[in-house]
Amino acid sequence: MALFGKKDKKPAANLSGKSRLDIKVKKDGAEYTFLLEGRLDTITSPDLEAKINEATGDASKLILDFAKLDYISSAGLRVLLGATQAMDGKGDMVVRNPTQPVREVFDLTGFSNLFNIE
Amino acid sequence: MRELIIEADRMNLPEVQMFIDEQLEEAGCPMLTQISIDVAVEELFVNIASYAYGDGHGKAVVQVSVHEEPLSVEITFIDNGVQYDPLAKADPDTALSAKERKKGGLGIFMVKNTMDNVSYEYKDGKNILTIKKNLN
Repeated sequence: MALFGKKDKKPAANLSGKSRLDIKVKKDGAEYTFLLEGRLDTITSPDLEAKINEATGDASKLILDFAKLDYISSAGLRVLLGATQAMDGKGDMVVRNPTQPVREVFDLTGFSNLFNIE
Repeated sequence: MRELIIEADRMNLPEVQMFIDEQLEEAGCPMLTQISIDVAVEELFVNIASYAYGDGHGKAVVQVSVHEEPLSVEITFIDNGVQYDPLAKADPDTALSAKERKKGGLGIFMVKNTMDNVSYEYKDGKNILTIKKNLN
């Protein structure tokens, strides 16, 4: 099909999948675990922020499992900073299993020192 | 050079990143490099969407060129909104504690530190910001 150039190969169906974040929340007493899958960006971070705000009211421990988080931008960092500040004096916040791209962002921005990373 | 002209609206971020990723994938860009470019693209496009036109509407132009030897990509963002040099902003202090840290400035800081070159100019009523990144 030589008539169709490279431009026609654009996978438009994938467009909505580009900015996607699945959030699963597990509650064990006052310990909350958030399992994130996808991308924490400008579009998806308000959803996480809202869910964390619901939890930090009575949480004594906040665990964020990033094993399946492929991407984080400054919008995501702002949510994590807000969460750390909300947990200050109330309990621990732990980030588990950060992937390499997320780890690199944490190291660059000094966020590696703001919470425990396991 | 390929060009995308798009409404400067943050909800268009996936479309802008798809446009960039297409060129990067074609050039054989490594995945980690692609992710860092995607982050830079988000920070710069969302900056335009958030500030260039105040409460009004306007366009953003995104231009991408891939160069050989060394294999590298150059991405330029153009808007004709209010004059603003994001590179003039002071870097956040990354050594502060969580309590002391502010939420601003992290995006541009990441762009400056992950790209190989970042430049800004204001010309003919346009903000023109260019990033360059080696792909291997």
